[in-house]
Amino acid sequence: MAKAQKDYSIADLQKKANTIRADIIKMLEKAGSGHSAGPLGLADIFTALYFRILKHDPENPDWGDRDILVLSNGHCVPVRYATMANAGYFSRKELLTLRQLGSRLQGHPERERLPGLETTSGPLGSGLSQAIGMALALRLDKAQHRWVYVVMGDGEQDEGNVWEAAMTAGKYRLSNIIAITDRNNIQIDGPTETVMPLENLKDKWEAFGWHVLEIDGNDMEAIIDACQMAKAIVEKPVMIIAHTIPGKGVDFMEYDFHWHGVAPNHEQAVKALKEIRTLGGKIKSEHEHE
Amino acid sequence: MNEMHLAPKVITSEPIRKGFGMGLLQAGQLDPNVVAACADLTESTNMHFFAEAFPDRYFEIGVAEQNLVTVGSGLAAMGKVPFVSSYAAFNPGRNWEQIRTTICLNNRPVKIIGSHAGLYTGADGATHQMLEDLALMRALPNMVVLAPGDSVEAAKATLAMAKDKRPNYMRVAREATPVITTEHTPFQIGRAYVFRPGKDVSLIATGTMTAKALEAAAVLEKDGIDAEVVHVPTIKPVDHSVILASAEKTRHVITAEEGQINGGLGGAVAELLGENLPTQMIRIGMNDRFGESGKPDELLKHFGLTSGHIAMTAHSILMDHSNHKH
Repeated sequence: MAKAQKDYSIADLQKKANTIRADIIKMLEKAGSGHSAGPLGLADIFTALYFRILKHDPENPDWGDRDILVLSNGHCVPVRYATMANAGYFSRKELLTLRQLGSRLQGHPERERLPGLETTSGPLGSGLSQAIGMALALRLDKAQHRWVYVVMGDGEQDEGNVWEAAMTAGKYRLSNIIAITDRNNIQIDGPTETVMPLENLKDKWEAFGWHVLEIDGNDMEAIIDACQMAKAIVEKPVMIIAHTIPGKGVDFMEYDFHWHGVAPNHEQAVKALKEIRTLGGKIKSEHEHE
Repeated sequence: MNEMHLAPKVITSEPIRKGFGMGLLQAGQLDPNVVAACADLTESTNMHFFAEAFPDRYFEIGVAEQNLVTVGSGLAAMGKVPFVSSYAAFNPGRNWEQIRTTICLNNRPVKIIGSHAGLYTGADGATHQMLEDLALMRALPNMVVLAPGDSVEAAKATLAMAKDKRPNYMRVAREATPVITTEHTPFQIGRAYVFRPGKDVSLIATGTMTAKALEAAAVLEKDGIDAEVVHVPTIKPVDHSVILASAEKTRHVITAEEGQINGGLGGAVAELLGENLPTQMIRIGMNDRFGESGKPDELLKHFGLTSGHIAMTAHSILMDHSNHKH
């Protein structure tokens, strides 16, 4: 349970995820570059983590009893920034400095610039290895009440380093690691199964000694349930394969790999924000005047 | 002989890696946060002393050097002081990007040990004779780069690394090499030391080549040349004042290292002198080429990394520039 958090209902969390999606669009438009699809697809997972799952304190990012969240696919950091701002780590206004000279919000996350990031990432495939080091240290320190979460991309699992780490976590039975794969099936050059087939991904992780859960990664309740179940698995590290829709919430971005590494222009951002605020026309926008 | 408390006469030899192994064991005894990990070369890199004494604090990663250093970054993130070792050809040869991002940019105090560095690796051939490690590590912001001159100094360097809050790289050699220092010889990260004062030519050396430079100085003495030997165990940050003072005094500089002259000690000294005190210099080391299989001594002779070659080079630099003398 988070230190400085209220009990949010599923509906509250879904609403928060939506706000975070809107923030992501605004940040990316202002920055003029960056990744759209991944962060939008991950908004539900990050909302669940920061507002329900993680033990953390936005007022004290270095709190000694906190859970650790490693973002391995660093290019998705806009979702982390937006979620952190909404959780109270810093003002939402600062989100608009993304990727600008002097900003704490670097294009890829830099630990030393912004408290709470835990690590520096961007080059793919090395988050899980760091989580292993952290988990081994927690085990040495007998800190059984702390967990290490890792969010990974699916495309980054082309990297050999990932499978070196997979073997090591299996060997040491690091049940204090809960990894989440953002299985959105896209990477820069196209669909993952065309670029370099990953399937059968579940079988692969199981073969490396992991307990694997497979969920709808845009279903808030499913995300929370899976993280809670993962904590109950004491014999093995847990991999949650979270199937997400890249670009989730913005119709013209959804499922389209071309939006992996592109930011919306002004016109696209206006359209995207309208869609996010009305949940694709299903509800009336609460922020017409924003 | 002097305030450096050097060994009076070289009578023993010991692998530099052994000094590391003993230093690590001692560091582990002094600080419970010291941990170690290796990539399937535990005994070879002399981590077994530590692994046997502290099995819970030792992690066998298997043949996976990218994972090795990155696990190290995670251990350091939680307050541990991780030493991670493999052969220098792979660590930092294979895992440079992980070192750059997760250790240097991330600024975590991981202690990277590259063993079996240089030509002393001998018969294994060019694939395993790491000659570019100093250049690779010296290019990285935040990184401290060490190349101790013997096993005694390697133990001291290891203990210093355990206390240093920065990312560190240390190269160590496989074969037994002369023990030139004693437990009283000073060592501090970032310092260079005048092991033999002289006035005619500066022999600036690092790692295993410092012993050769001392031998060369003894030979030159008989020829009437008074060589100064400067030992540079820290390649980065390199000691500006000691090197500049020596160059200013002798006006002739020869560097010697068991690695590529581009980017290593020779590069560092050339950059320093070029910007501050342009001085005639010659770099001894591997000149833009790979090694090959052979006995270590044969290889060192073949590639000109001997005391004789250093002495000859000193003669030639002084002869070429005799018009500048006096």
